[in-house]
Parts: sequence; C-alpha cells; structure tokens
Amino acid sequence: MPDRSFAAVLARRDEIVAAALGIDYGAFERGELAFEYEALMASAGTTLEDVRAIQRAAKVGSTPLLELPALTRLARLGAPAGKGATILVKDEAANPSGSFKARRASVAVHEAARRGYRGVVAATSGNYGAAVASQAAMRGLDCIVLQEVYDSLGRGQPEILEKGRACEAYGAEVWQLTVGPELFYAMLLALEETGYFSASLYTPHAIAGIETLGHEIGAEVLERYGRPPDAVVCTNAGGGNVTGTARGLRAAGCGATAVIGVSVDLRGLRMDSDRDFNRKSFTTGHTGFAMPFLLDPDRTDVPRSAARPLRYLDRHVTVTQGEVFYVTEALARLEGLERGPAGNTSLAAAIPLARELDEDAVLVVQETEYTGAGKHPTAQLTFARELGVEVRRGHPSENVPGRVIAIPRSPGELSAVEVDLDEIRRGYLGRAVGDRPLDSLGDVDLEYLAAEVGGLPVATVAGWLEAESREAGARA
Amino acid sequence: MSGEDGESGGRAGDWAELHLVLLGPGERAPRLPAETAGAPLEARVRGFLEHDARVGETAAVRTVLGRRVEGSLLEVLPPARQTFGRPVPELLEVGSELRALIRAGGLEGA
Ligand SMILES: Cc1ncc(COP(=O)(O)O)c(C=O)c1O
Repeated sequence: MPDRSFAAVLARRDEIVAAALGIDYGAFERGELAFEYEALMASAGTTLEDVRAIQRAAKVGSTPLLELPALTRLARLGAPAGKGATILVKDEAANPSGSFKARRASVAVHEAARRGYRGVVAATSGNYGAAVASQAAMRGLDCIVLQEVYDSLGRGQPEILEKGRACEAYGAEVWQLTVGPELFYAMLLALEETGYFSASLYTPHAIAGIETLGHEIGAEVLERYGRPPDAVVCTNAGGGNVTGTARGLRAAGCGATAVIGVSVDLRGLRMDSDRDFNRKSFTTGHTGFAMPFLLDPDRTDVPRSAARPLRYLDRHVTVTQGEVFYVTEALARLEGLERGPAGNTSLAAAIPLARELDEDAVLVVQETEYTGAGKHPTAQLTFARELGVEVRRGHPSENVPGRVIAIPRSPGELSAVEVDLDEIRRGYLGRAVGDRPLDSLGDVDLEYLAAEVGGLPVATVAGWLEAESREAGARA
Repeated sequence: MSGEDGESGGRAGDWAELHLVLLGPGERAPRLPAETAGAPLEARVRGFLEHDARVGETAAVRTVLGRRVEGSLLEVLPPARQTFGRPVPELLEVGSELRALIRAGGLEGA
C-alpha cells in the first residue's frame, strides 16, 4: 500500500492529478512565468454551441431572467432623481441541483464520461458537490464528494451539512472532514484509490460550462431591452463565476458591460482556523476565498486554474453578512422568491450599485441558489447565536466578522464597499514575479502579466514592477 | 436498525456512520494555526455495516458505491441535523418595514 502520510501523498500530487485530469498543462507554459491561457481554454475542444447542447441534454441552463420591480423601486426610492437601474436576476436555482454550479459540473462530468472514466471525485464544501453528484447520477457514473464540515468539537456548519445531504440524495459517497486545507490531501487519496476523474472546479471544461450563463444574460437583455446590460454583478469566491460569466458576455457582444465582483466581508477570520470556521455565516462568496484567489488564482487543485477573475473584473465590492440576510428577506417578502445564501451576495450589492446608474440602465444579478434547512437565514443566524455571535439591527459598518451581525435598519443603509483593484493587481504582480530579477522576464512574460491584471498596458505593468523592485531595494 | 438500539450499536446491513482519523495532530499540513494543528484531521463516512458492531468499536461499512471503509462506529441511521433554526425576530420585522416603505413611496433613514 502506498505511503499515506501527508508529505508522501503531496509528493505524488503531480502524477495523481495528471492521471485524473488528462490535460498536459506543461504544453501551455511559456517564458519564465507565463502560460497560454486562451490555448488552455481552447483545449477543452468545445464551442459555446457544443456546451449548450451538452447542457440541454443534462437539463442545465436556459434559466429565467426575472425583473425585480420591488427591489428596483427600493433602489430608486433612495437614489438621486433619474437614477436607479432596473434590477434583473437570473434564476439559476432552476438548474437541476439548485445553483449555477450545475453548468460547471455538466461539462466536467460529460468530459469524464467521454473519456471513459467510471466515476468522478470533487473536493468542495459548496453547491458544486451536489452539482457533480446530480450530473454523475444522470450519466450512471460513480461520484465521491469530499467536504470540510466539522470543527474539532464535532459541530457541523449547517449549510455544508445540507449540501452533503444533497450529495447523498444524488447517490454520492460523501466524506465529511474536519477543518483544514488537507481536504486536498484526502482528495488525492480518493483519486489514487479509485482512478476516477477529477471533476475540479477549475478546469477549462468547468469554466466553459459557465460561459453559457453570461451568454444567455447578454443575448436576452439585448433582445428584451435593446441594449447590453450596463452592469452584471457576480458573487465571487474562487473566481470561476466571474470568469465564465464575463467570457460569455463577451461572446454575446456585451464586452462593454461592467463586470462587478461581490464578496461578503469576512476579513479577520482565518479560513484554516478550527475556531474561526464556525464563526462565519457564509460558506462561500466571501473574502476568505475571494482575496487569496484574486492574488493567486492557481492555488487550486489543478496546475493552472482556468478561473482568472482579475482578467475580467471592472470593479469588486464587499457587503456584510447582515446586508445579505436583509436582502434575502426582501427578496422573499417583496418579490415572492425564497432563495439561498451565496446567490444573494451580489443581490445585496445590486441595490446600492443600481442607484449609481441611470433609470434606463439594466443591472443583472447573475444568479440565485436554492435555499433549505441549514442554508436559510434562520438556520445560519440560530447557529451564529448558539456560538455567541451577536445578532442585532444596526448599520452595516457595525458588522464585525465572527462577533457581530448587524442587520440594516433601512434599505438606505445598504452599501457596496469598493475594493481597490489596483492594489489587488499590484499584489498579484508582486506574488507572480516573486524574487525573480526583473531582467529575467521577457516580453512574453510582461504581456502575460498585463493580461492577467485585466489587460492593462504593458508599460503600466512594467512601471509598477520597477517601482516595486526599487522599493524592495530601498527596504533591503 | 434490526433489533439493537441505534444508540448502542447496529447489526450487519444497518446504514451507519463511521468516524476515522486521517491524520494525527502531529501529522498535519505545515503552517496551520495552533488550534487546527493541535487537532486531528477527522472524517465521517456512511455505509451499510458489514457486521454487528457497538458504537465506539471498530467497524467496516460498504459505502453506496460498494467501497469498503473501516473506522469506529459513530451512529446507526444518523439523522440530518441541519434545520431551519429558530425564528429571527430581527428579520421578521424587515418584510413589514419594506412593504410599508414601498406603499408610502418614501425612504426614511436613507
Ligand atoms: C451559489 C454560488 N454562488 C457563487 C459562488 C462563487 O463562485 P466562484 O467560486 O466561481 O467564484 C459559489 C461557489 O462557491 C456558489 O455556490
């Protein structure tokens, strides 16, 4: 039996992942640190039309794009005269497993079946587990899902327990782990033992599966409103949602649409902390994933992630936990739609963002997700109170991640707090270049870095890098 | 459960949850915060018991995929523990406030 120690399993990482993905990532590497992102995406070998056909057969996509008149009205009530865009929501909860993750899973599982794998493995505490399990069920493939669920006292995060239940409902074998980044270690072992396909969230296939979401939005808004969406707001965690949606919008001829990422502000809580784990009321779409993945998109279970959100984001904002609960309530009570947690993160930002736009503008919240036991605000807030988190009405600025959840007192208090994307871009560049001397970078590297931070001019990026290296020199 | 009380154990064929320690406290990933590093990496997985077993004893199950897993028996017929929780008065207020606002066409406190 192979050595199962942490170090030994991670040392076998490259061969395990290669066998479980069948993508030769090395073929795309260029220069000192660059790789051919578009060539990697093209290697999926599927056009948008192919993906649409795969998804139609897999009961995925073509979800309703709904106008939200009451929330639009709330936005306008607090806006200067003439301001307040029409707010639409794409009801992704209508997908088979209740979230947009079905789009990703449909293409990944199609690929597994096409290549003759008997089963699939996914390491995820999110909606993606149920998405993969549901897709595997339709194709008669085995499915193993590994989740991070419990703290060391055996307290399970209610939302993740629900997601595990859903995986089992679709026939998956579910491994529920305690807190820690070793979920990846357990996934490697499962792949090695079974020889199954790695249904990673971050392959070109998985991301291609989200492009239809952006395309459906772009095409339908053009047709119904005679203009491209002015803004599309996306809940952001690992960056696949932003990446695929933006690529799909471009393919629909909506390249000028502002793509705005939104995350719940959980700054101050450590994601790998056994103590902090259950002190957060959101299990995805929060800064604990979004910020590290913006700075280093490749910190995933594949050698090069196909999710590269910094390439596509025009803006990024944060909202608080209390604000998301508030709009979740508003969506149910005013629009008659009871929908789940992470999908409403971008909805919380939509109201203040709509106030910035003219009345004839169109703003799209690009997803909803299903709700249920464990996922519902009452489930999360009950759990938070049991752990001693204070829940009260108050201004969003009174939220303290892990300690206070302040539920706004009026819609006027909702706000989208701007993240300085240039600071994130500089952070990305600093990490990507590391301690390499600048003269080791060729044109191919600089062009790559410029594309990575959103298509800035190469000269701007080179200027930032030089300034950073001068500052580092001065510090040394 | 066939006969035996689920709290104390189960019979061959019962659906049950096992507990496993995947890595001991000293065997975990590097650079973890102390509270995580000091705990083992544990896992729970479910399947049909291969034999009669008592809670806390070593047991083997066949998972839904037919894979054999060994661990210690945690629970027979484990229930779903996620619920909708208790009502949250702070949220109950929100809906009525918003309806009143929309009806009045004004926005106090904005
Ligand atoms: C419902 C929902 N929305 C948004 C996200 C964020 O997606 P991504 O990780 O691709 O940024 C997730 C995934 O975690 C999700 O489950």
